[in-house]
Amino acid sequence: MMVAADKEEEVRKIGQAGTLESNDVMITVVPGKAGSGVFIELTSIVKDQYGDAIRRTLLDVVAEQGSRDLYITVADRGALDCTIRARLLTALTRAGAVGKKGVV
Amino acid sequence: MSLRRTMLFIPGNNPGMLQNGGVFGADSVILDLEDAVAPQEKDAARFLVAQALKTVDYGTSEKVVRINPLDTFGAKDIQMIVPCQPDVLLVPKVESAQDIEGVTRLVAQAEMEGQKPVQLIALLETAKGIALAYQIAQTKGRLVALALGAEDYTAGLGAARTKEGQEIFTARSLVINAAAAAGIQSLDTPFTDANDEDGLYQDALTGKELGFKGKLAINPRQIDVIHGVLNPTAATIEWAEAVVQAIRKAEAEGSGVASLHGKMVDAPIVARAEHILQLARKLGVEVMQ
Repeated sequence: MMVAADKEEEVRKIGQAGTLESNDVMITVVPGKAGSGVFIELTSIVKDQYGDAIRRTLLDVVAEQGSRDLYITVADRGALDCTIRARLLTALTRAGAVGKKGVV
Repeated sequence: MSLRRTMLFIPGNNPGMLQNGGVFGADSVILDLEDAVAPQEKDAARFLVAQALKTVDYGTSEKVVRINPLDTFGAKDIQMIVPCQPDVLLVPKVESAQDIEGVTRLVAQAEMEGQKPVQLIALLETAKGIALAYQIAQTKGRLVALALGAEDYTAGLGAARTKEGQEIFTARSLVINAAAAAGIQSLDTPFTDANDEDGLYQDALTGKELGFKGKLAINPRQIDVIHGVLNPTAATIEWAEAVVQAIRKAEAEGSGVASLHGKMVDAPIVARAEHILQLARKLGVEVMQ
């Protein structure tokens, strides 16, 4: 059962942001079942080199925003860290999970 | 006063262009949240520009963000962008001093403690904005320049926009005069055909001769051409040094007026010469102190 106080920070609908253009990343967040945790499905042209760093960035943003129980699909086209953060924040906002501060 | 010979627009929702904006040598980069961004992507661009301000190295380029007007997304832009420490906000479609005062209040609320104050540039691009240019230029506090946006302006007039620019002569002159009267900079409208280098040269030259101190640019290829027009030439620097030497000699002899090659040198000529030398110094040219 979901805790009432956490409701504001939970993702309630699907949110998507970004493009498949070079240097960009397309991120889709889908609400998961309560307690399912954060699952990341990553495709990237630089997955071998930067896959771990990309995952770390995604998890940092999710933690900062107080979100949980998410299924995150990431199609990366060589985006910088700042672009990954921006696109995930946009996707989370569009999904109704503005986060604790609602800022970057 | 900051050097703003070129201010390069960069679309605010394009990560590739945002991350490379600092490599072209423009005096300022304008990360654009307004016309370059579709309405449904305003939120995405705002997050992207905020992150870029915090992490991308724009080198020596001044960091400017063009926000949306206050009657659309402007307030949200200010709230998120200002704490990320841009140098300047370019405020579009300014039509009165009240427009700048409104932005000033929101910027003051959004600034973090100890943050370098964010400056403002007013973009005048309507007939009303041009008509009230001096009133706008006098807005105290953060305003450092007036810029002309000729595309919207001529559309509003119902005039055809031409490369020769006859239709914007009055608007250019009013903006330059208003800014000079208020002691701030004036910046010329962009030349929108990125493939016409000769046309750009002529247009930049016209702007310089009228008195503009810089020009907006829509393509990195335009930067060198505009700098070439606005940079002082070796002959101009030589003339400026001769003027300053002549007036110093005259002053040492107890006179406020000097003569150079048979022409009178008085205060306005000296001011122009000193401005040229100041510009040359900023560009790293060794000139007399």
